[in-house]
Amino acid sequence: MKPTRWARIHDRGDDLRYRLAAWDRAGFTRLLWAEFTKFRTVRAWMIALCAAAIAFVLLSFLSAFESRAPVPAAPTGPGGEGVSDTYMFVHRTLAGDGALTARVAALSGAHTPLSPTSGNAFGVSSKGHLGSQLEPGLAPWAKAGIILEPDTNQGTAYAAVMVTGSHGVQMQYDYTHDSPGIAGPVGPSSPRWLRLTRAGDVITGYDSTDGARWTEIGTARLARLPRTVQIGLFVTSPMYFPAGAGAPTSSVATATFDQVSAQGDLPRRSWTPDPVAGFYPTVPSASTWQQRSAGAFTISGSGDIAPLVGDIISAQWAGASIVNGTIAALLFVIVLATLFATSEYRRGLIGTTLAASPRRGRVLAVKAVVAGSLAFAAGAIATAIAEVITRHVLAANGSYLFPQGGPALARVIIGTGLLLGLAAALAVALGTMLRRSAAAVAAGIVLLVLPGVLGSESGNWLMRFTPTAAFAIQATLPRSNLVTSAYTPPNGYFPISPWAGLAVLAAYTAVALAAATWLVRQRDA
Amino acid sequence: MRGSLYAEWTKLRTLASTCWLLLATAALTVAVSAAAAAAVRCPSGGCADDPAKISLTGIYLGQAVVAVLAVMAVSGEYGTGMIRLTLAATPRRLIALAAKAAVLTGLILVTGTIAVFASLLAGALILPGHGIGPSHGYPAISASDGPVLRAAAGSVLYLALIALLSLGAATALREAAAAIGAVLGLLYLFPIIAVFTGNASLSRHLEQIAPMTAGLAIQATTGLNTLPISPWAGLGVLAAWAAGALVLGGMLLRSRDA
Repeated sequence: MKPTRWARIHDRGDDLRYRLAAWDRAGFTRLLWAEFTKFRTVRAWMIALCAAAIAFVLLSFLSAFESRAPVPAAPTGPGGEGVSDTYMFVHRTLAGDGALTARVAALSGAHTPLSPTSGNAFGVSSKGHLGSQLEPGLAPWAKAGIILEPDTNQGTAYAAVMVTGSHGVQMQYDYTHDSPGIAGPVGPSSPRWLRLTRAGDVITGYDSTDGARWTEIGTARLARLPRTVQIGLFVTSPMYFPAGAGAPTSSVATATFDQVSAQGDLPRRSWTPDPVAGFYPTVPSASTWQQRSAGAFTISGSGDIAPLVGDIISAQWAGASIVNGTIAALLFVIVLATLFATSEYRRGLIGTTLAASPRRGRVLAVKAVVAGSLAFAAGAIATAIAEVITRHVLAANGSYLFPQGGPALARVIIGTGLLLGLAAALAVALGTMLRRSAAAVAAGIVLLVLPGVLGSESGNWLMRFTPTAAFAIQATLPRSNLVTSAYTPPNGYFPISPWAGLAVLAAYTAVALAAATWLVRQRDA
Repeated sequence: MRGSLYAEWTKLRTLASTCWLLLATAALTVAVSAAAAAAVRCPSGGCADDPAKISLTGIYLGQAVVAVLAVMAVSGEYGTGMIRLTLAATPRRLIALAAKAAVLTGLILVTGTIAVFASLLAGALILPGHGIGPSHGYPAISASDGPVLRAAAGSVLYLALIALLSLGAATALREAAAAIGAVLGLLYLFPIIAVFTGNASLSRHLEQIAPMTAGLAIQATTGLNTLPISPWAGLGVLAAWAAGALVLGGMLLRSRDA
């Protein structure tokens, strides 16, 4: 009987309909429906599933509502990204093609005293250490050099060649692009010559250690660059992050320029000092300049010209509200999915279940699929609602929201659903293995939530190698290696890439399901 | 009362799971504490590390096992129907609850003392080799040091209070999964929200009222002035949570059918 049926199906070849029929005869669809019915008909579970979604949205809302940290809106750069654009600029007008050459003889820095208590960048700068003595220390991304831009508006296009605190000579343009030049620090014994030339839309940066032999660092093409541009010397110094714990503080850099010479059509003879101010936290009254002779300047500046990252502009990362909501929903999902597995044992239903479908591994798989799908649906819907609500609330509270693309939003919504779905499957596996609700729920929470308690503040290895790594799927803020910042989970940065983090949770779930399948086959029910 | 105490002791003693869970509490606490001590590095000195607090990191995990034990002591009775027998034997229900609480507290105090002192011993042996010891200007972990003794005794009391909180929650909720979910949610959810909230003052308030962050302030031996709440006041907050849970559980136990 059996061989003929299988032979018939094989004869029909690849026809999907028959393959599905074969599945169905094996009872997969019916098993799926049976398990779904078991879940659906327990009213308390359906209520708890809705409660999970409601808790998610509610906690996200409250978390966003309580974040009253109004910050000025950040400018948008040429590429549509948020940028910092605050620096001291001493410039001249250049009509048409030309070049500017300068020697940087020294670069030094200082920062406001480190505050032992934690706080955000704004809290520190608004306290205003005006007049209090600065502590010496050059920020790694302090910048001094030559910049060319169409105007001094916030977020304008630019190309610049510069010496930095500890990243050597760099050519940077339009905030996100950079190419390295001569390495090593600048100083009296190792001065750096810099040159920026313009030919049409193309800006080329050069550096030199002696002013005679020049090396091209890179070129930038600034689209639709007007004929008349501003070219000059700039100095800026970003937030200073202390080596140990503690809050970052604003910093100032001072550069000594000499042998400054310009070529091309520069209509006005004199230099214009221009402290280009933006939202960026600065050392008060740090923007100064002094012309020592025709071609020698001492310029101090505070701020940054760079892509905007978390923690610089606001303590509140918009996605933090979503993390809080997810944790609340996660607790409900773990309890529910565990009960879905353990209650069969407590009520003796497992005997009937296994008598009806003797393939125990399949029963467990179906249970995991049912719990996982329901948690996915509840999680994805709740995330979508919470995203809309929190972004409105944060905007109304005056928080800055980073520009976010559709794909990133879709990843957060789908990914959070998958996180909760995988967590539910993991809880089903734990419940099946341990059979006792209390122990299984505790194991689930210890695996999924406790690492976050211990590791989320610093973003240490616990956020990479435990199931909690999956929260990385919610990271949306841009990261830049041109900016020093606290790239930690509270600021929106996880120590693992989004999908890799979710894969870690998936791996734990797969292992737990495999172990549970093995145990279920071995044991008496 | 003596009869109730003896009954509760017998019930707990004769469950195989009790012994395993107590062993797990001690073993996991010591293992995680030792791992935390072995993982911390401060070769140059000057890190804002608290040797006693690092050595007691295992409490974060140990408390989960204590909560499981306490919840199972109550929910197990509801699951098997044993609770009717218990209440028939001790019609004054609060006496039954008090006896359960007393026996459980005693067991946890003994287990907790062993776990805490083994953890501190591991820390005292491991930490100086990682740059966190008296030779680098950190306070030594010794039983004669006041703050260390406070951290040790406080951590044992902390575990006992977690057991009482869980007992109260389980008596109120009866269902094991819901009770353990509520207790661990209460313990672990607050600190994460405090980390991920952008509002610094709200974050501090949360750490002052949350049972875990307030209760574990007792482990601090250095930097006391930067704590959100002072050590004993923090343990007091946890005691208030535990008392609240027990009162709620007791009231429901009296008013409900078993």
